Amino acid sequence: MIDFDALAACLSTSACLVNQATSGLIIGMLLFLVASGVTLIFGVLHVINFAHGSFYMIGAYFAYTTYVLTGNYFLAALVGAVGAGICGILFERLIISRVYGQNLLMQLLVCYAFILIVDDLVKIIWGAEYLAMGIPAEFRLPPLRFAGGFVPPFYLFLVGIAVFIGVGSVLLVTKTRFGKIVRAAALNAPMVSALGIRVNVYFALLFGFGCALAGVAGALAAPVRSLTPGMGLGILVESFIVTVIGGMGSIPGAFLAAIILGLTRSIGSVGFPLFVDGAMFMIMALVLIFRPTGLLGQGAVR
Amino acid sequence: MTGGTNGSTAGDVILKVEGIDVFYGASKILFGVDLEVGRGRTLALLGRNGAGKSTTMKAIAGIARPRKGSITMEGQNLAGERPDIIARAGIGYVPEDRQVFTMHSVEDNLLIGMKKGIRGQEDWTLERVYDTFPILARMKDRRAGLMSGGEQQMLTIARTLMGNPDVLLLDEPSEGLAPIIVQAIGDLIRTLRETGVTIVLAEQNMHFCLGISEDAAVIDKGHIVYRDTIAGLRANEEVTKRYLAI
Repeated sequence: MIDFDALAACLSTSACLVNQATSGLIIGMLLFLVASGVTLIFGVLHVINFAHGSFYMIGAYFAYTTYVLTGNYFLAALVGAVGAGICGILFERLIISRVYGQNLLMQLLVCYAFILIVDDLVKIIWGAEYLAMGIPAEFRLPPLRFAGGFVPPFYLFLVGIAVFIGVGSVLLVTKTRFGKIVRAAALNAPMVSALGIRVNVYFALLFGFGCALAGVAGALAAPVRSLTPGMGLGILVESFIVTVIGGMGSIPGAFLAAIILGLTRSIGSVGFPLFVDGAMFMIMALVLIFRPTGLLGQGAVR
Repeated sequence: MTGGTNGSTAGDVILKVEGIDVFYGASKILFGVDLEVGRGRTLALLGRNGAGKSTTMKAIAGIARPRKGSITMEGQNLAGERPDIIARAGIGYVPEDRQVFTMHSVEDNLLIGMKKGIRGQEDWTLERVYDTFPILARMKDRRAGLMSGGEQQMLTIARTLMGNPDVLLLDEPSEGLAPIIVQAIGDLIRTLRETGVTIVLAEQNMHFCLGISEDAAVIDKGHIVYRDTIAGLRANEEVTKRYLAI
């Protein structure tokens, strides 16, 4: 099952190592952005957004159309993020806020219905066939050579943006008045409300921010992955694994876990291509056995 | 209704509670509670444990919803509104169980409470709070969950003041605190009174309210049973013996 020869051959040449590490990092960063939204929403609102992958898809399609119309990728990424964020706020206000505090099955059903509806809407608007954006014009530059491997400039941009947004998210939650209020409301919403704060607005904004993170991930994925209705489901499952490994509520945990999973995916595709998914679930199982709160989890956003 | 002259109706009324009924599930807690609070005055709401003091305070703050009756602040009906709307109408609520945000620093607790008053006034700022509560200035970076009960009580009052309320609801601020801390809280409330803020003070202990409040209302089993000045209440042994644990 495991192709040790191929694995050893790759690990012993720096070119292959650089290529696999880069593509692992790309997968990891996309997973991180989606998972940090899941973990933020869970940590504060105590609701698991099973529909999070849909906002990744919305971000990707919005970015695709904007890029086709304007040819400006930066604008496209912005539209993907903001569009997913707005859809997220609407989803929170109109649907998910009605099942806060209800049992998990109800939340799951509501989210699953939403996933199916959005998938069909995407089919109606963009069609069921695969779409490809391709590397945007801004990044059609020769790849950078690094230790014998090739690193496309867009990959560097993707990693840079993801790290920037990750750091920004942590600062938003820990240092700003918005973050302080939202964290206090997570633990004691009635008291925060009694201080004159519209708690619902803060919850909706946080939910929207989490969805915008998925939207950014979708927009960043659009040039390197193909777009298809249902593309949200795969990333959803993987981002849940990331969230569980990293620890529910922990953004740094999501970052660490996303890199671990990304590298497992890219190296695994060389060494054990048939067991990549299995390996990811195995890592999750091991973490759950030996560290049930996840690598950096404390149970809530701190 | 027993009682002599009703002190709280003297002057203009800023907060008026009329005939509110409150239920917790199927059990009725408040039965047609009426209160009038004069502008700039302090009303002591006295009663034994479980008499309905806290529920009355929660109903005014919007935490418990009255099923009947009205609560008007400066003529605006607030009964049944959300707590944040009531807070922005100028009513600041300090709960009995303190409810500091334990994971946040003292200063972050204060910043979360920060808002302008209903007339846009920003009388209470961080500087003024630290000036009035030197202990909070010393502890501003401390995690609120690590403070003592008395310190947390100071913090909750200060946090509510940061919202520049016109009416301050203090729910049993002396409960469970050492006598010396109780005295400090009493001194603080006297200081606050001088700023002109209207106070509703729910208490079991009438002696704590002497020298702090002008007016008194006694609640028992969810009914207001007596209304007078605090001096009048103190002189009325029949009422104090019957309704207060003294």
